[in-house]
Amino acid sequence: MALLQFSGSPHIHTDESVKKIMWTVVIALIPTMIFSFLFFGIDAIVLTLVSVLSCVFVEWLIQKFLLKGKTTILDGSAVITGLLLAFNLPSSLPIWMVIVGAIVAIGVAKMTFGGLGNNPFNPALVGRVFLLISFPQQMTTWPKPHYWFTQPSVVTDATTGATPLGVIKTGIAQGQDVFQLMDTLPTYAQMLLGERGGSLGEVAALAIIAGGLFMLIRKVISWHIPVAFIGSAFVFAAILHLVNANIYIPPSYHILSGGLLLGAIFMATDMVTSPMSNWGKIIFGIGCGVLTIIIRVAGSYPEGVSFAILIMNALVPLINKGFKPKRFGTHKIKSI
Amino acid sequence: MKTFKLGGVHPDDNKFAHQSSIEVFPLPQQAVLFATQHLGAPSTVVVEKGDKVKVGQLIARGDAFISANLHSPYSGTVNKVDLVADLSGIKKTAIVIDVEGDEWEQDIDLTADIKREITLSPSQIVEKIKEKGIVGLGGACFPTHVKFLIPQGKKAEYMIINAAECEPYITIDHRVMMERTEELLIGACILRDILSLPTVHIGVEHNKADVINHLKEVAKSFKGIKIHTLRTKYPQGAEKQLIKAITKREVPSGKLPIDVGCIVNNVNTALAVYEAVQKNKPLISNYVTYTGKSVKQPKNYLVRLGTPIQSIIEANGGLPEDTEKLISGGPMMGKAIANLDTYITKGFSCILVINNKEGKRAEINHCIRCAKCVDVCPMGLEPYLLAPLSEKSNWEKMEKMHVMDCIECGSCQYTCPAARPLLDRIRLGKNKTGAMIRARNTK
Repeated sequence: MALLQFSGSPHIHTDESVKKIMWTVVIALIPTMIFSFLFFGIDAIVLTLVSVLSCVFVEWLIQKFLLKGKTTILDGSAVITGLLLAFNLPSSLPIWMVIVGAIVAIGVAKMTFGGLGNNPFNPALVGRVFLLISFPQQMTTWPKPHYWFTQPSVVTDATTGATPLGVIKTGIAQGQDVFQLMDTLPTYAQMLLGERGGSLGEVAALAIIAGGLFMLIRKVISWHIPVAFIGSAFVFAAILHLVNANIYIPPSYHILSGGLLLGAIFMATDMVTSPMSNWGKIIFGIGCGVLTIIIRVAGSYPEGVSFAILIMNALVPLINKGFKPKRFGTHKIKSI
Repeated sequence: MKTFKLGGVHPDDNKFAHQSSIEVFPLPQQAVLFATQHLGAPSTVVVEKGDKVKVGQLIARGDAFISANLHSPYSGTVNKVDLVADLSGIKKTAIVIDVEGDEWEQDIDLTADIKREITLSPSQIVEKIKEKGIVGLGGACFPTHVKFLIPQGKKAEYMIINAAECEPYITIDHRVMMERTEELLIGACILRDILSLPTVHIGVEHNKADVINHLKEVAKSFKGIKIHTLRTKYPQGAEKQLIKAITKREVPSGKLPIDVGCIVNNVNTALAVYEAVQKNKPLISNYVTYTGKSVKQPKNYLVRLGTPIQSIIEANGGLPEDTEKLISGGPMMGKAIANLDTYITKGFSCILVINNKEGKRAEINHCIRCAKCVDVCPMGLEPYLLAPLSEKSNWEKMEKMHVMDCIECGSCQYTCPAARPLLDRIRLGKNKTGAMIRARNTK
C-alpha cells in the first residue's frame, strides 16, 4: 500500500466537471442544429462544421504556439463557441467570413483575456457582431428556409428574403401598419417550427426550448436569466403594443422572432459572462430583455439581442458588486 | 418536510453500516488517553506513573470555566504520563495505562435496568454532567455543561437534539437511535428538564425512515418529545442550519444559538447524559463507525477511549489495498489522519477509509464563474472571491466579506466543477483573519 494522503476536508467531490458541463451544452444544442440542417440544407452543415473546426483550431494554435502551454481544446468550450457562432450567422455567408468570425471570437474575445473563465464578453457574440459591422450586407442576406427533405431542389435556388423583424422594420418606416404587415409574415406555427428567414440556430423556437429544458434539468443553467430576459422583453413589448398597436407588434411575436430565444437560453446564460448571485442574474436578464426591445423598436438594426447581451456582459462586474447573495443570519432577530 | 433554505448539497449518503448492530470492541492491552479531549482550556492530569486506576476513576480534571474531566476507561496501572502524537501528528500530554481488567468504581450502576424517573434537580444535573466529563459528541467536543450556564438576559426556548447525521457514511447516530432508543429519549428529557421547557425537539433526516418510525413509536410513552422529519440535505446537522430548519430562526452573524433562544445537543450526547445522570457513569467510551467503499464489512463499534485505531483496523483485516486516505469523521468535514499510531478520543465518530478512486483530487481548472459555490453556500458567502483573497493574504478584505461566518462545511469545494481547492484556501484565510481580529481586540 502506498503512503496515505493527508489533505483538508472535504474528502469527496461531485462527479461534475467543467468538461461535463460544456459537453452537456453541446448536447443541448443538437436539436437546434438538426432543425438548421433541415431548413438550410448542406450550406448549414458546411457552415457549422467550418465554424466549429476553426474555433477549435484557433484555440489550439494559440495555446500551442503563442502561449506554449497546455491545450484544452477537449474541454468542449471552443466547440460551443463554434456552434453558437454558426447559429448566429445566415447560411449563405461566405466560408472565409466564418473563419474570420471564429478568429475574432476565440482569438480576440476569449484567449486574449486568458481563456475559458476569464473572458468578459460572450466570444460567439463578439464574433457575430464583428462580422455584422464589418460585412453588413452579407450578414443581413437571409436565404429562405425550406424543408430540405421534401423540397431539396428549392434550396439550391438560394432565394433570399428578409427576416420577420426586418420586414416589420422597413414596413413601419414606409408607413405601413402592423396589421397589414402581420398578414405577410410567418404564422406562429411556422415561427415555432422554424420556417422563416433568419440565422441558422434562431429559427426553430421549439428546438431551442427543448435544449433549454435539458440544460435546466441537468442544472447547467438556472431559470433566472431566461425567465427574466424573456419575461421583461414580453412585458416591455406588451406595454408598447398597448400604447400603439399600429406600430408595435404583439409581444408574443417579439419573443418568437429574431434571436431572442437563442440569446435568452444559450447566450445570456453563458456562465463565464453572467452574474453570480440569483438577484444579479435577474437584473442581468431584465437588462437584456429591455435593451433588446429598445434596439428593435428604436435602433437602426432590426435585431438587438446580440448588442443587448454584450452591453449587459460589460455590466456584470458592477452587478456582481451590487447584488450580493443573501447572507445567512442577516434577518432581524425575532423577539425572544 | 422541513429543511434550511439557503444552499446545501446532496452527496451520495453511502450509509453502508446502517443495518449492522453496534458491537462492543474488546479492550486493548495498553491504552493511551489524551488528557485534553475537548474544546477549551486543557485539563490537569491527576494521576502519576505507577498509580492503580479503576474504570470511572478521574484521571484528568478540567479546572477552567470551559474545560472537561476525563475518567479512566480501564482498570490497571498508569505506565507513564508523556507526550504522544495525536491524529494530526501533534504531540500532546497523554496518560498511558497498562490495562489489567475491567473493574469499575463501586458507585457506577452497571445493571441493565432503564431508569426513567428523574430525581435530581436542574442544578444537580448540570453538576453531574460536568463531573462526568460529558462533551458534545457531534464532533466539536464542547463541554456540555457550559451550554447550560445561560448568560444574563438570555432565555432558552428550544432544546434541540441533533440527529440529522447529515455526513455521508457515518451511521452511529442511526444505530444508537435504533438500539438505545429509550435511554437516549430519557437523556433528551433530562436536557429538556434542566431548562424547564415543555418540549424537546429531535431533528432526523428523511433518509433514516426506519429511525423516524421507531423513535415516534417509543416516544409515545413519553411526554414532551417532538420528532421532526427533515428533508435530507447536507449540512443539515450544522448547528445554525438545524436551528433554522426546526425553529425557522436564524442565528445572526457572529452570535450563538442561545441568542435566538436555542440550545442544541447531539443524540449521542443525550445518551451520555442519561448514563451520567441516571447511572452515574462517566464518558469513557465512544460509538465509532468503521466504513468505506472498499471496506468489506462496515461496522459500528462501542469503543473505550484510548483504544489504538490500529487495533480497529486490524480487527477488520487491515486497510484495503486501494486505500488513499484515512479520515476521522465524515467525508465532508472529517480530518485526514496523518498518524496511524493514534488513539480513540471523545471526538471520534467514524474511521472512514477513502479509496483511491474517490479520494484522488481532480485536476484544477480555471474558475468558470458557474456560481455553483455561491448557490450551495449555506451561509450565503462568495467562495469564488474568498479563495483568491486568501491566496493574496488579504485578510482585511476577507473580514469585510464575512469569512468568519464560514462554517467550513465544504459544500463549495465539493461542488466546484473546476475542482478548485476553495475550502483549503478559505480555511487558511479564516484562521489568519481570526488571529488578526483577536490581536486587534486585545490591543
